[in-house]
Amino acid sequence: MIGIFFVALTALCCLIIVALVAVILGDIAWFGWGSLNLQFLLTAPQQGMTEGGIFPAIFGTVFLVLLMTIAVIPLGVMTAIYLHEYAPRKSMVIRWIRLAIENLAGVPAIVFGLFGLGFFIEFVGRGIDRIFLDGQLAFGQPAIIWAALTLALLTLPTVVVATEEALRAIPVSHREVAYSLGATRLQMVRRVVLPQAVGGILTGGILAVSRGAGEVAPILFTGAAYFLPYLPNKLNDQFMELGYHIYVLATQSPDVEKTKPILYSTVFVLLVLTFALNFTAIWIRSRIRRRLRAEK
Amino acid sequence: MKANAIIKSVAILISMGLIVGAVQAADKTITIKGSDTMVILGQRWAEEYMKAHPGVVIQVTGGGSGTGISALINGSTDIAEASRPMKPAEKALVKEKHGKDVEEIAVALDGLAIYVHQSNTLKTITLAQARAIYIGQMTRWEELGVKLAQIIAYGRENNSGTYAYFKEHVLGNQDFAPEVLSLPGTAAVINAISKDKNAIGYGGIAYGKGIRALKVSKDVNGPAVAPTMANVLNGSYPISRELYFYTAGKPEGEEKNFIAWILGPHGQKLCEQVGYYPLKKAGKAAKKKA
Amino acid sequence: MNRPKTMTRSRFAEGAVEWLIRASAFSAIVGLFLIFIFIGKEALPILTSPDVRKEANISKLFLPQDQAHPYSWQPVSEIPKYSILPLFVGTLKMTLVAVLFAIPLALGAALFTSEFSPGWLKEFIKPIIELLAGIPSVVLGFFALMVMASYVQELFGIVYRLNAINAGIALGLAVIPIVYTVADDALTSVPKSYREASMAMGASPWQTAWRVVFPAALPGILAACVLGFGRAIGETMIVLMASGNAAIMSWNLAKPARSLSATIAAELGEVVVGSAHYHVLFFIGISLFIFTFVLNMFAHWFVARLQKKVLGTI
Repeated sequence: MIGIFFVALTALCCLIIVALVAVILGDIAWFGWGSLNLQFLLTAPQQGMTEGGIFPAIFGTVFLVLLMTIAVIPLGVMTAIYLHEYAPRKSMVIRWIRLAIENLAGVPAIVFGLFGLGFFIEFVGRGIDRIFLDGQLAFGQPAIIWAALTLALLTLPTVVVATEEALRAIPVSHREVAYSLGATRLQMVRRVVLPQAVGGILTGGILAVSRGAGEVAPILFTGAAYFLPYLPNKLNDQFMELGYHIYVLATQSPDVEKTKPILYSTVFVLLVLTFALNFTAIWIRSRIRRRLRAEK
Repeated sequence: MKANAIIKSVAILISMGLIVGAVQAADKTITIKGSDTMVILGQRWAEEYMKAHPGVVIQVTGGGSGTGISALINGSTDIAEASRPMKPAEKALVKEKHGKDVEEIAVALDGLAIYVHQSNTLKTITLAQARAIYIGQMTRWEELGVKLAQIIAYGRENNSGTYAYFKEHVLGNQDFAPEVLSLPGTAAVINAISKDKNAIGYGGIAYGKGIRALKVSKDVNGPAVAPTMANVLNGSYPISRELYFYTAGKPEGEEKNFIAWILGPHGQKLCEQVGYYPLKKAGKAAKKKA
Repeated sequence: MNRPKTMTRSRFAEGAVEWLIRASAFSAIVGLFLIFIFIGKEALPILTSPDVRKEANISKLFLPQDQAHPYSWQPVSEIPKYSILPLFVGTLKMTLVAVLFAIPLALGAALFTSEFSPGWLKEFIKPIIELLAGIPSVVLGFFALMVMASYVQELFGIVYRLNAINAGIALGLAVIPIVYTVADDALTSVPKSYREASMAMGASPWQTAWRVVFPAALPGILAACVLGFGRAIGETMIVLMASGNAAIMSWNLAKPARSLSATIAAELGEVVVGSAHYHVLFFIGISLFIFTFVLNMFAHWFVARLQKKVLGTI
């Protein structure tokens, strides 16, 4: 009898969590849907952000995650390939690398922001300016490239873990066949492993993008701008970003009532974006897992 | 092959970016950085000026007065927008780093309002009362004759010019009480007050339902003045402030033209459009604050 | 197409790519190392630079100062005061609420989905919790600031609308998915044979789950709690928006609180590079980094123990 009570209690936990999610999403969808239209998505903020749309923020977000992806995918995939295809099993190196990846995943986002400022902007950026540009200021200041690289480091563990899972799903026999045909290890990786791991890489990339699109703390000091009259078009431009735009609208607008619908719609857009990405990733991953189960 | 192609394209992209960036950096653009209070204002100015002067690029970003000033010190902006005067120590840093004196240019006026919840029966407040509240000496609404309990005081984060101005001119440079809630922007303050009947807060002139701006008097005998444009312009409203542009050295070339245009009739007219006030006319003696 | 040439060329290219793969494998280690070095470097002047130490040093950061305000965080002042103890208190206060709110819920949910629920229900609940994980923290912060705060205030009858409880609950929402995912993994990794043996001896599903599966998965569950704790300590945007940010030295949960992370986020944009304030903020950053690092090592150790335990007994 007591057992049933406790089982019910755990079910209640689930119910509470599901209800909380429903309330949050419901509230945002209810108020966010209203003022959402194509015009809103395609115009820039006007009249001190009390009118107009969020196009520059959407553009900035896409540009940012694109740069981030270019940096993080090769790095993450090669790390996973090394861990799974190159390094000797259970070696010290592997343990250290895995430990570092786990730890990297647990570093608070704001610490990445500090790192971006201290390393990319003050060290790398200033260094480039000093060495190549005679001290003229171009890269030693907040810029989209530094924000993207900071986010790339933040999302590296996501990509590595997802890629590794995909590599694990590839049967050993495939690799053995490749070797028996005289392939070198790199040829094997390129022709056998990579094509089969595309799904996993895609999953990792998408999850990284969805994480990167929503993180605000790392970009606060590394490149996000409150408002820009133009779209970023080079690597050392600043940029507007959806998550940061939400923060700005929620805290800084001069007219609270007029901003509210815009704020809700912006939140709604960001949520739809991240959820669409997440669901795609979950879907691809579940397909990989099903295949993995079938192989076993 | 695939890996190679990816690596190649990444390398090309990055080097292209570097080249483009370097070339673009050589182009003369005016960058303005600083006060979030002023970012909309600066933006309007830039927009109109660029319309009238094609070929000039002016970029405006916010972050806070402190952000702009440190950008000026670090050399990452041409003009710093600030809603508080620059400190002597900060000016010295610019001089030390760039060998140039800081040029201060007042560009507009702003009124700072003290807000309460609309249901609050308090209509006026003296500067002394506001100080007592914010340094933590007065914590109950009863002390002001209002039938409410505890005073919940909202303020701004310490990186804002509004914080610095309020601290200097209302608190007489004493520290804020630790219990003052600090929020990251005027909207957050307005929003918090509108939902909290015990609240009091300060911020730029802003709009929102559920809040009311108090009339402010300089001392007990002085008249209580509402934060309106007329009162700010004639100097009777006690907490108004000038908003500034700062440059390292005298502005030259396009920068000089831009600033002259701002101080001219076109630029000053735009102030009113975005919730600020034009500078006092030369005829009226500007009230100097101690 | 002459054969030897392509051979050497391809061998050269192959060597280069393999070298690249090996090199990038160390990116995570290098990244962690660089984070430590470059944040530590900016924090170091608090210990070494005489100029900075005049304004801020370890004793000013941690020990009581004057009589009236022994611990005060007033970095923008005639005499800047950098006591970080109120920030510690604020962080711990909110983390405590978050953990107390999130861990029971998440563990309960993990037990339910791994032990009791029919498969279709699990397939329904799991994605919803992943959905919660996908909500960006700035959105949770927005929700806590605009909507939740009023309800929390009413529910608990709190004077302050923005307070540690409100921020803590919002933080908890960010912690739930982490604890749930790791705990669920731990519970499902317990071999079926455990459950079968327990049931065969006449234990009820609850007894099996609570007396057999849960203890077997305990290291993993501890890891889940530790990871959740680490996330709550470092989370920034939620507390920045929902906590009221008043740096007070009080354990009262109904009062506002200022966290270490929110302090960095609110103030770093403003400070002059190289000032004492700048170095203090980096000092806070390196402290956060070290905390979470240690917590992660604990979690790692717990998981390793779980694996050993489970694998060793199959």
